[in-house]
Amino acid sequence: MPNPKRRHSRRRTRTRRAHDFLKPKSLSTCPQCHEAKLPHRACLKCGYYKGREVIAVKDVL
Amino acid sequence: MRHGMANRKLGRKSAHRNAMFRNQLASMIDHERIITTLIKAKELRPQIEKMVTLGKEDSIHGRRLAARIVPDETLIQKLFTNISPRFVERPGGYTRIIKLGPRRGDGAEMAILEFVDFKFEDEKKAAAAPAAKKSKAKKPADEAEDETAEAKPKKTASKKAASKKAAPKKSKAEKPKEKKAAKKKSEK
Ligand SMILES: [Zn+2]
Repeated sequence: MPNPKRRHSRRRTRTRRAHDFLKPKSLSTCPQCHEAKLPHRACLKCGYYKGREVIAVKDVL
Repeated sequence: MRHGMANRKLGRKSAHRNAMFRNQLASMIDHERIITTLIKAKELRPQIEKMVTLGKEDSIHGRRLAARIVPDETLIQKLFTNISPRFVERPGGYTRIIKLGPRRGDGAEMAILEFVDFKFEDEKKAAAAPAAKKSKAKKPADEAEDETAEAKPKKTASKKAASKKAAPKKSKAEKPKEKKAAKKKSEK
């Protein structure tokens, strides 16, 4: 079976991993309660979406 | 080649999958709104819309076709006399999907599937009355835990109660005895 010929340096490993990170969630603001919420989702803080109440908030805790 | 891959399998064998969709279709006709995962909602949408379309032309044949999918006379009656007539003017697109975001536990994206003329306010009012009655009447039952959790949501709501509640907004609108059934269905 093929095997690595040389061990990688720490630098090489870390350079490769430099791009391995979590990106922050992009959030929008609820027009109803001004809370941060996921875009295109109902606001689970106030239960509103597109200007009308769509869900009772305590149901989705 | 992606021929013949029109529908998602949802990790189930066809019998399991069909049974689930029948359940959900029945719930949808019964409650006019269900909360489920986004993927299931997307799969269910064309199915419920086809049933509504069946109901638009009220024929014996149509009723029998519908009853093959949802074998419940009262539900078929409701579909043909209540739901479909509301949409005679509308050329399809009877339902909408509202995304809710990931659920706790497995992070599955949840969604509401409802008929476009669904009035949330009505449901809320209907929910208020039986809910009050329920909390007094059903104390000794095994749902007592649930009740307390609902009464003072934040403090004592154990994780168990919380995850139970996560299921369906439905349940609150229904009569107590239907509660569990409704939950099961909309959770599927
Ligand atoms: Zn809000």
